[in-house]
Amino acid sequence: MTDLQTFREETRDWLEANCPQEMRKPGDVAWGGRNPQFSHPDQKIWLERMGEKGWTCPTWPKEYGGGGLSKEENKILQEEMGAIGARSPLGSFGIWMLGPALLEFANEEQKKEHLPPIVRGEVWWCQGYSEPGSGSDLASLSTKAVEDGDNYVINGQKIWTSYADKADKIFCLVRTGPQEPKHDGISFLLIDMDQPGVTTRPITLISGKSPFCETFFDDAKAPTKDLVGGLNKGWTVAKRLLEHERTMISAMGLSGGGDGSKKTKSGLAEIGKKYVGIDADQKISDKALRRKVAMHDLNSRAFGLTMQRVGEETKVGAPSPAAAMGKYYGTEHNKLRYELMLEAMGTQGVGWDGEGFSMEELAITRDWLRTKANSIEGGTSEVQLNVISKRVLGLPDK
Amino acid sequence: MALILNEEQQSLKDIAKEFLQKNAPVTHFREIRDTQNELGYDQSLWSEMVNLGWSGILIPEEYGGFDFGMVGMGSIFEEMGRTLTPSPLFSTGVLGASLLTLGGDDKQKQNYLPRIVDGSLTTALALEEGNRHSPFSISTKATKAGNDYKISGEKTFVIDGHCSNLIVVAARTEGSDDDASGITLFLVEADADGIEITKTSMVDSRNCANIKFNDITVLSSNLLGEENNGAAILEEVLDRAQIAISAEMLGNASQAFDVTLDYLKERKQFGSVIGTFQALQHRAAEMYSELELTKSSVIAACNAVDENSNDLKRMASLAKYKAGETNHLVTNEAVQMHGGVGVTDEYDVGLYLKRARVTEQIFGNSEYHLDRYATLSEY
Repeated sequence: MTDLQTFREETRDWLEANCPQEMRKPGDVAWGGRNPQFSHPDQKIWLERMGEKGWTCPTWPKEYGGGGLSKEENKILQEEMGAIGARSPLGSFGIWMLGPALLEFANEEQKKEHLPPIVRGEVWWCQGYSEPGSGSDLASLSTKAVEDGDNYVINGQKIWTSYADKADKIFCLVRTGPQEPKHDGISFLLIDMDQPGVTTRPITLISGKSPFCETFFDDAKAPTKDLVGGLNKGWTVAKRLLEHERTMISAMGLSGGGDGSKKTKSGLAEIGKKYVGIDADQKISDKALRRKVAMHDLNSRAFGLTMQRVGEETKVGAPSPAAAMGKYYGTEHNKLRYELMLEAMGTQGVGWDGEGFSMEELAITRDWLRTKANSIEGGTSEVQLNVISKRVLGLPDK
Repeated sequence: MALILNEEQQSLKDIAKEFLQKNAPVTHFREIRDTQNELGYDQSLWSEMVNLGWSGILIPEEYGGFDFGMVGMGSIFEEMGRTLTPSPLFSTGVLGASLLTLGGDDKQKQNYLPRIVDGSLTTALALEEGNRHSPFSISTKATKAGNDYKISGEKTFVIDGHCSNLIVVAARTEGSDDDASGITLFLVEADADGIEITKTSMVDSRNCANIKFNDITVLSSNLLGEENNGAAILEEVLDRAQIAISAEMLGNASQAFDVTLDYLKERKQFGSVIGTFQALQHRAAEMYSELELTKSSVIAACNAVDENSNDLKRMASLAKYKAGETNHLVTNEAVQMHGGVGVTDEYDVGLYLKRARVTEQIFGNSEYHLDRYATLSEY
């Protein structure tokens, strides 16, 4: 038996013994933090067991609490978790965004301090990037951090901070070099949210939900040792972190019926059939809608294949240039998917709440509104097109 | 399923690229066009392609072929799409090779396949009868006369129809005009009595013909596959042909895009290189995204052939749909972004536009494949 086969068997046995039955059903994912909320007691058990093993962050080095698995071993772990329908033990921007950046840019002391609590889900991190005056032009940000003894004193405002009202700490871009050119005066700073100088205010979105906040810093403090990647060198960290964020968001374009090979019918086609009806040949009776659904399915499949190819190319060589289009295409494609669902549902697709609409219908409508943010957050589609033009196609600035 | 080429496939593609760029660049195509070459391709170039083994890529080793697979063949077509190289590789190496391999009996295979491999036989498929792809709309009749058949009818858009030795004819032996059942395939020598072949001059200056069959006689031994069951063979062959032509279309679009990108980086107006204008940058980035999606669709479809996927039909439609849409978009934009010179015969972009529109028509345009994909997906 090869090592990987042994690993697979051991993993299967461990999961069988340690994954609670309740966690093998679909449901919400725990976010951890200093005051963790669990929708079921088994969520806590599952998080603790996986955190202990480092399998919330399977490929991170063991010395920082991670699982220390190779890519191949991680693939096996994901497959075995998939096979029993195991829920992800922990949702976290610490895992998806901050951790990879710390592994690359932080010093040893910072890694030892900040990575293990992310693995165990003990700290809920949020991201402080955008400001009211700095959206697509992120590097123009003006939140100031001024050195004062062992601390930085921070003043300014961040916006679109996801879950700032629930998070324990924030990784933040701050201006430390006001006299420098704009990209060269930014630092990457870790700030505790639990202090008098930090206040948050939720932002209600068009979907009615409030995943985002405004975050205000009034003489907030952060130890100077929590500056990552060097003074005024935060832009490098920021850019890398944005890549992780974009990868995370582009995956959304795949979630909706992307892999046509696994099922004959897409969710879209079912919705089409249900709301507009079928003709004598069992086809969606509205020919124009049927055509749009087919077009969407074909593009889903082509996009899914492309992301798969990007993965294969990255594995054998340098990062694939095609990765740059993932966020742009994935989010635009996902928006279109929801537009088509609404088109199919007619008036049932534009309900807000209460009687006359099913839970599913209301959820689709709210999700439709939420998708509008996908092509804005983490770099707008227009910014992504700029990135492709310049970095991939080599089109000049001037 | 791997979506990247393995070492052998990559090496075949590199060789094809080098060979075509050296021996058959766009100037070669222009020469064929401008000298009104009767054959429509260069015989000595075709011989060299045959020597490289290209005509035998899809043919099993027992009949002298190389059984190298569709991923390899697709790579060659992609490169030929870039150079606009005219050759009978599609009609013979894909259509003829697949028709005989998938439909022929052992005797027919022994007789014809080695001759495709060695380049002494070229073939054509006489299928279409209307102005758009509709593989089962066949009114050309084949009626039994003793042990033989008599075929009468008219075929159109027969690729390489005027310069092939052997023509495979789809004729109706039973049923009404749009039935899938009742179609039979026949092998007919191009010089048989009663065949009238008219070369048609197409916008891409490549080879097509209209063919009239005036009560021609075909021996029953020249029936390909079973009587009335031609549709099954046809479908399998068309999947392969759609995928091969999609690969050519990918090459066509990729080259038109690359040439345009170069132009955006050198053409100056208003004191700047026009590639600095965001209005053009974003359109270029969108085309890039579509090209990436097309590339993935084409290689996945080629793989589906080689792996005998049970989803091959849908993969063929995916490839032809994406290649059609992307090639359409990119060739239009290529001409527009070149401005005035884009509509001159001197610049190559116009040639890519013309070829794009003809390949779109070959075995179903994007609308055809959208509809087919939906039907196969049971909606």
